[in-house]
Amino acid sequence: MSIQNITVALIGNPNTGKTSVFNELTGLKQQVGNYPGITVEKKLGFCKLTHSIKANILDLPGTYSLNASSIDENVVIELLLNKKDKLFPDVAVVITDIENLKRNLLLFTQIKDLEIPSILVINMVDRMKPKGITLDIPYLEDQLKTKIVLVSTRNGVGIEELKTQIINYKSLSNKPCLNASSIDIEYFDKLRKTFPNQLLYKLWLVITQDVNFLNLERNEIQNSFTKSHADLKKLQQKETIKRYQFINNTLKIGQTIDSTKGSGLRSKLDKILTHKIFGYAIFFGILLLIFQSIFDWASIPMEFIDRSFANLANYVKTHLPEGEFTNLISEGIIPGIGGIVIFIPQIVLLFLFISVLEESGYMSRVVFLMDKIMRRYGLSGKSVVPLISGTACAIPAIMGSRNIENWRERLITILVTPFITCSARLPVYAILIALIIPDNRLFGVFSLQGVTLMILYLLGFAMAIFSAYILNKILKVKTKSYFVIEMPNYKLPLLKNVIINVIEKTKSFVFGAGKIILAISIVLWFLGSHGPNSNFNNAENIILNKAKSEGTKLKKSEIDNLTSTYKLENSYIGKIGKTIEPILKPLGYDWKIGIAVVTSFAAREVFVGTLATIYSVGNSNDESTIKSKMQADVHKDGTKIFNFATGISLLLFYAFAMQCASTLAIVKKETNTWKWPVVQLIFMSGFAYITAFIAYQICK
Amino acid sequence: MKTTVDLLQIGDIATITNVDLDKIPLKLLEMGCFPNNTLEIIQIAPLGDPIYLNVNNGSHIAIRKDMAREIEVEIEAKD
Repeated sequence: MSIQNITVALIGNPNTGKTSVFNELTGLKQQVGNYPGITVEKKLGFCKLTHSIKANILDLPGTYSLNASSIDENVVIELLLNKKDKLFPDVAVVITDIENLKRNLLLFTQIKDLEIPSILVINMVDRMKPKGITLDIPYLEDQLKTKIVLVSTRNGVGIEELKTQIINYKSLSNKPCLNASSIDIEYFDKLRKTFPNQLLYKLWLVITQDVNFLNLERNEIQNSFTKSHADLKKLQQKETIKRYQFINNTLKIGQTIDSTKGSGLRSKLDKILTHKIFGYAIFFGILLLIFQSIFDWASIPMEFIDRSFANLANYVKTHLPEGEFTNLISEGIIPGIGGIVIFIPQIVLLFLFISVLEESGYMSRVVFLMDKIMRRYGLSGKSVVPLISGTACAIPAIMGSRNIENWRERLITILVTPFITCSARLPVYAILIALIIPDNRLFGVFSLQGVTLMILYLLGFAMAIFSAYILNKILKVKTKSYFVIEMPNYKLPLLKNVIINVIEKTKSFVFGAGKIILAISIVLWFLGSHGPNSNFNNAENIILNKAKSEGTKLKKSEIDNLTSTYKLENSYIGKIGKTIEPILKPLGYDWKIGIAVVTSFAAREVFVGTLATIYSVGNSNDESTIKSKMQADVHKDGTKIFNFATGISLLLFYAFAMQCASTLAIVKKETNTWKWPVVQLIFMSGFAYITAFIAYQICK
Repeated sequence: MKTTVDLLQIGDIATITNVDLDKIPLKLLEMGCFPNNTLEIIQIAPLGDPIYLNVNNGSHIAIRKDMAREIEVEIEAKD
């Protein structure tokens, strides 16, 4: 028996619960990837409709219309215009919000014009009764030439019916519901006659949109149908108004709203959350809560993970047969993976908060509150979202800056976001703070270590704002300025959405970082346990001979320690470390820290793994954690390597340096040039070097 | 009374009479901002900017003052 595959595209305005419908249909059977060549997230899921019919469900980025104004929206148009794309939908499911039907239907009428069989999902129907909304479904289905499915993902209503409609997609109408070409009859008649085999609306989109599709065809059309930019814009405006006229007339009959059932909760919440005092107080309260949870609550599982990995490494070492392979696992791979796993608790918490803030509709209020303030620094209110989510990771944060319409504001946002303390800096901060800041309480209440961490976060924010201010003064980019943000209705976040989102984000983060860390750990372990010349292999003899010639008697344990130190110094990594040591010495770093700093330019979180690997190689004392090994390490003169001055210098270096290859790659993609990532790399790292240098020289 | 959106007060309800189509992005039109539609001022941000509107009975958006200046309206009701 052959299995039939149906390709379904979920399309809709932002904030219509599109992703909830996607999650309901596919459960956890989702793949998240990227569209080729761009960083727009591509979400594909699978759903078994009957035992012989399967659906591939594509969750397209939210868009207000088919007139694209961002690369996320371009993705939707490019797919819908390209019948040859293997993801071209058999059926389009357009998701709308019952409380915003009028605006949501604009996109629907455009999809219908593309003559793709379409199902109209009206979501959040649990709000109909409290809002006093009634619908005349048969009338609407007739006018909109579609099947309507009423869905409430909150109550699990309508999903089965939606599946049935998807199965029967062949019986759906694919006719447009209005004649948009009447806005300029003469022009469109000419177009129709010249390209009799093409869909009129498709031609129109190709003419007006800046999408890279079918270049040849595009040139051909444009040569004979050029209109000035202003004329085209006028026509697009006419088209939009025409569509709205149709929608208004349809809803006048098809929808009734009892206006006595007002928007009570929404306006009450708006009054408080955007209040000139309470609004800001609540916002900063929420920020405090987020940081409190990351600093404090997350430390409990983190300590447990740290301990477990130290034990695991020890267990492997004592239970597997001795040899190179065992060493690779216990000294390279386990500490390396431990370095990633340890900050899962913090990442989960961060993504949890960010996901709840966005799902609830609160984030838009923050944008509204902060816009005027942020504009002083050349940023937009919308920059607040990247700056906050930058505390999790700069990569999604920079991608999240896409909805900033003004290129100048967006560029500044992209450039300063990497200053925000991301979760990759956390394990570095955590271990350094534990080493150099005493575990005391300030005024008997605040943990001194916690306060230090707080200061580092504030430093990141301050630096981001300060550099935005400078960039605002010197950047000579002129762009048209406009700003439109939707203020969505408040919603209680759906647990399922939040959980799936957190799992998805954590997974991609851990595996993404994991691959780099694992590779670097293995390379480092190899470089640390092999040497370029015979000194490395004859380490024990050299130590013994040296002792003999000096006439000193050594205990067995002393010989072991001296041998492993000597081995490390004469390994490949020791040689590399010694070579770069002069550059980093003024900052107070020895060659081991130097290696960790250099490898951190791939990704900051590598720092801990690198030190773990370096300190594990050939070390006989395996029960201790990385922290205690670092603590015990001393210079030749017996002073501690991780002393206060070195610690502060390292903290500042990590706070400011641009050490993340993935961020540089994203910035290149988003700005379409290597210029900006190179500027970031040089200026941030240069600034980091200087501040770390000054701090060390003052503190030492 | 004829005025522009940037001069309205919280709670004002007005009908759009004219928008400067050259200065207004298409996106704003798609949000429902075009002549003959009504709009209501829901909130003005603490520092006087941006302005939070309900356009066309249900489309809730916030725009900056400089854009609000390009939308001409006729006030319907004022307490």
